[in-house]
Amino acid sequence: MRTIGKRALGLAWVVPALVLVGVFVYFPLAENLGFSTLKWDIYSGSQEYVGFANYTKLVEDPVFWRSLGNNVLYAAVSIVFQVFGALVLAALIEGVRSERWQRVLRAIYFIPSAISLTVAGLLFYFIYEPDLGLLNHLLQAVGLGGLSHSWLGEESTAMPAIVAMSQWQGFGYSTLLFAVAIQRIPREIYQAAALDGTGPVRRFFHVTVPLVREMTGVMSMVTISGAFQVFNEVMVMTSGGPDNSTQVLGTWLYRSGFVRNDFGYAAAIATVIFVITLGIAVAQLWVARRRRVAW
Amino acid sequence: MVNRIGFLGVITRVFLWAFLLCLAVVVVYPLLWMVLNGFKTNGEIFGNPFSLPSHWSFDSYQKAWNRGVSNYLTTSVLVTVTSTIATVFVSAWAAYGLTRVNIPFSKLTTGVILGGLMLAPSVALVPLVKMFQAMGLYNSFWALLILYTAFRVPFTTFLIRAYMLDLPREVDEAAEMDGCGRWTAFWRIILPMCKPIITSTVLLHILFAWNEYLFAMVFTSGAGVQTLPVGLMSLMSKHGTEFPVVFAGMAIAAFPVVLLFFAGQRYIVKGLADGVGK
Repeated sequence: MRTIGKRALGLAWVVPALVLVGVFVYFPLAENLGFSTLKWDIYSGSQEYVGFANYTKLVEDPVFWRSLGNNVLYAAVSIVFQVFGALVLAALIEGVRSERWQRVLRAIYFIPSAISLTVAGLLFYFIYEPDLGLLNHLLQAVGLGGLSHSWLGEESTAMPAIVAMSQWQGFGYSTLLFAVAIQRIPREIYQAAALDGTGPVRRFFHVTVPLVREMTGVMSMVTISGAFQVFNEVMVMTSGGPDNSTQVLGTWLYRSGFVRNDFGYAAAIATVIFVITLGIAVAQLWVARRRRVAW
Repeated sequence: MVNRIGFLGVITRVFLWAFLLCLAVVVVYPLLWMVLNGFKTNGEIFGNPFSLPSHWSFDSYQKAWNRGVSNYLTTSVLVTVTSTIATVFVSAWAAYGLTRVNIPFSKLTTGVILGGLMLAPSVALVPLVKMFQAMGLYNSFWALLILYTAFRVPFTTFLIRAYMLDLPREVDEAAEMDGCGRWTAFWRIILPMCKPIITSTVLLHILFAWNEYLFAMVFTSGAGVQTLPVGLMSLMSKHGTEFPVVFAGMAIAAFPVVLLFFAGQRYIVKGLADGVGK
């Protein structure tokens, strides 16, 4: 008995964490599923059970599909730049002979990831601004003034502009992580490859790429998962406009609930985000278990 | 032959450097533009965006500071400091319990705490608003403190736990032989040994709390409780036509974290790499 009591006492170490996570992370998550079956006006307090009506509404809502499409675009572009691009860049930086300069370059590229997405978003809001913005002035300076746009004001350019800003903000972060992964590769492998007369390009594909694949896998999952949780930069730069062309799931959730007072519908969108991000997390665990880099 | 390779090598090296430097310019120039615009007048900003300010005055920085940025900064500091302390202690306790104390259901407990890593904050948003309204904590400093702690405990525990797992068992045995209780062993021996990872988690949490937007936007509206990211949006909507002031506010918000990154780079990189991503 005494030992059982003593063991139970040990739980005191984990209780604060369990309570915080249980009450503020898991419980709301479960509650959200319930809310998604309600027609709910938070201001009048009226709640009415509507079953799956919010989900059928979701399927018929063109803005929902547009948002989902934008998230997919976000994920696709981010995979190209923040995973593959970052991996190539990290390898290129390794090509710089001085380690000091390697560090300096990586630190410079990381700066945008240290500042908040709000600051970065506002900054690019101004860069894209048609009159005072850097981008249009730059185009004019090189004689391409004809390509000037009101970047965030036009439906065709707004979403690509936001996605581009996000690449600027995030590529240094993944480059830094890939650099760490590359540095963990034993130098002897590179030396052996170089002795065999393998050129740098082949070394990249035959040594670097296979040996950082664990990092590539994790970064892909983190990047995709992040792409489905995008909120901050869209909110700051366009709040989803013009004409809902830049809505993503996060902003459409926010707008549906907090602006249009349709909280049941917002909860349904939240469920979609939950299913997608959980699916990615499970896939990540599964992949991580299957392939571990073994020396 | 040797000469040709040497020549090619030089060409490659030049291209490599040109590319890397161009990229550095693409990163740094917009930030520099932001800082410089805080020194310009409205007219200069509209005139030629590439020009330097005609005279260097901190007027706009001062204006931004007096029009709310000082309040937002204070709130940000307060929320960041308190949530960092709360998160790191709660996580370190949990990590200690999970790795060095023989607790019942330890696998399940580990799964529950670390499982929180997989859950997106936006999913819990609507119920959390209702909950905090019911508790009377909506639009308060407490809302942010609690949320920033709860949502970062899984990640922070994950990092500290991994580190504690690698500490040798003999440490605990030695502590026990010395007659240390668990509590003393944790504070006197284990926690000091975890200093590097604690530093990493502290820095990463600061970056998170300083920059967080979703919760800050939804859970605070009054001037007294707005953190910098939300406050900047208020500044923008109130003084959106005074561009130098807005740029100055942005620069003030960005400065501390950039400084922090350069000061603690080694620990931040280590923490990020161990936690891969997130």
